[in-house]
Amino acid sequence: MKKRNRLQLDEQGRLKHFLTIEGLNRQLLIDILDTAESLTSISEQSIKKVPLLRGKTIVNLFFEASTRTRTTFELAAKRLSADVLNINIQASATAKGETLLDTLRNLEAMHCDMFVVRHADSGAAHFIAQHAAPHISVINAGDGQHAHPTQAMLDMFTIRREKGEFHRLTVAIVGDIRHSRVARSQIHALSMLGVEDIRIIAPKTLIPTEPDAFGVHVFHDLREGLRDVDVVIMLRLQKERMRGASLPSEHEYFQRYGLTEAKLELAKPDVTVMHPGPINRGVEIDSEVADGPRSVILQQVSHGIAVRMAIMAMAMQQRPPETAEGERR
Amino acid sequence: MNAKELDINPPLNHVAESLSALLESRNIQHPIMIGIHTGGVWVAQQLHQRLRLQEPLGTLDISFYRDDFTRVGINPQVKPSTLPPSIDDRHIILVDDVLYTGRTIRAAMNELFDYGRPASIMLAVLVERDGRELPIQADALGQHITLEAGEQVKLQGPEPLTLSITRLRVPTA
Repeated sequence: MKKRNRLQLDEQGRLKHFLTIEGLNRQLLIDILDTAESLTSISEQSIKKVPLLRGKTIVNLFFEASTRTRTTFELAAKRLSADVLNINIQASATAKGETLLDTLRNLEAMHCDMFVVRHADSGAAHFIAQHAAPHISVINAGDGQHAHPTQAMLDMFTIRREKGEFHRLTVAIVGDIRHSRVARSQIHALSMLGVEDIRIIAPKTLIPTEPDAFGVHVFHDLREGLRDVDVVIMLRLQKERMRGASLPSEHEYFQRYGLTEAKLELAKPDVTVMHPGPINRGVEIDSEVADGPRSVILQQVSHGIAVRMAIMAMAMQQRPPETAEGERR
Repeated sequence: MNAKELDINPPLNHVAESLSALLESRNIQHPIMIGIHTGGVWVAQQLHQRLRLQEPLGTLDISFYRDDFTRVGINPQVKPSTLPPSIDDRHIILVDDVLYTGRTIRAAMNELFDYGRPASIMLAVLVERDGRELPIQADALGQHITLEAGEQVKLQGPEPLTLSITRLRVPTA
């Protein structure tokens, strides 16, 4: 944790890399949310751009397919006036280590300033942050089953917009918690921001092996877990889990863990329904709920742009010019 | 830090009068007044009242347009800019409390042009001090002050609005 902290923050405690929520602090998370709040006004301008990152080059380095995350990162970078390069690399399992470093060196030689990394291996963003040149910032856009911190922050932003304060909330996360980097980051962010009652709801096979380490309340029954919650976050059921025999069938999963209007009645009347997308209609969530008045699924997408703008801008501040840094190296 | 308070009314009256004369000579009927956060908004509120302007007062936060962002970083408490739905072909009065290097005004103009294409922009400031770094000057000015090294002029408000010259104990290098 200590090491991660040193890697993510500079000597003055400012953000340098954004790799995981762990090791950050409450004030920094609040600063991200506040900055994102200010940045939302840009979408009201006729020219939806501010010059904060003018002249910076940001590389979207995606080793794993993604549409929503990559496009919102791209849009966020462009609204900050940065130049964006999208690189999709289908990682071959064999030659990973060395190829990755070679890729890095080549991009550094092109004078890039920031890497936004998505990778199927846990720890890939950390690895890149450790090996990148000192002037480069790395943002984790999802690594294996480890972390997806920008998704967690846009979810926190959405919750704050809907509910105002975090303290007295009861937030339930439903679905494949064990394999979900989104859930992991959400739990860390929720607890850092002071949410007292964090619940995870899933069949036994999809609960992390040591749930106590996260300080959450575990439920195996959706109805029981939904009682009086303020926010319910549904996770996508990855179809490959079905083949891996962790689960019975889609139909049975929906019967027991799918969110329907009827089950939602057990939650608070003003409950907010969230989902990081892409949604599997009729598997983890009923269309009636996903498209219903309590769903903020599409707002989450818009908020993703502002939150990613905030994180990118904060990670790029206080960077000395590249040449000076290079000389010191 | 010790402070010397200045009477705010003479410069406030003076900038209001020059602005009024300027609008008349240029035959501008319905200008849009925009104050720059934070001090400029306070001054603009006063001027807006004195000139009995009809259009609602706009505000501008230039934090995202500063040219020293990479050096000073981002302030999470940026206030929202509130501008009328369209500033296209409108006459704008930009208001700030202190005109110093001119960089704030440059940033403000850059931001304005991201909202639309105004017919004209004029600049009204309460006080100006020496030290301009850009070719920017006020169209309506309350007062010019000459400061000694290490002195700063500061507007505090919003209620009451006070203008004072402060001397930093340790002169800036």
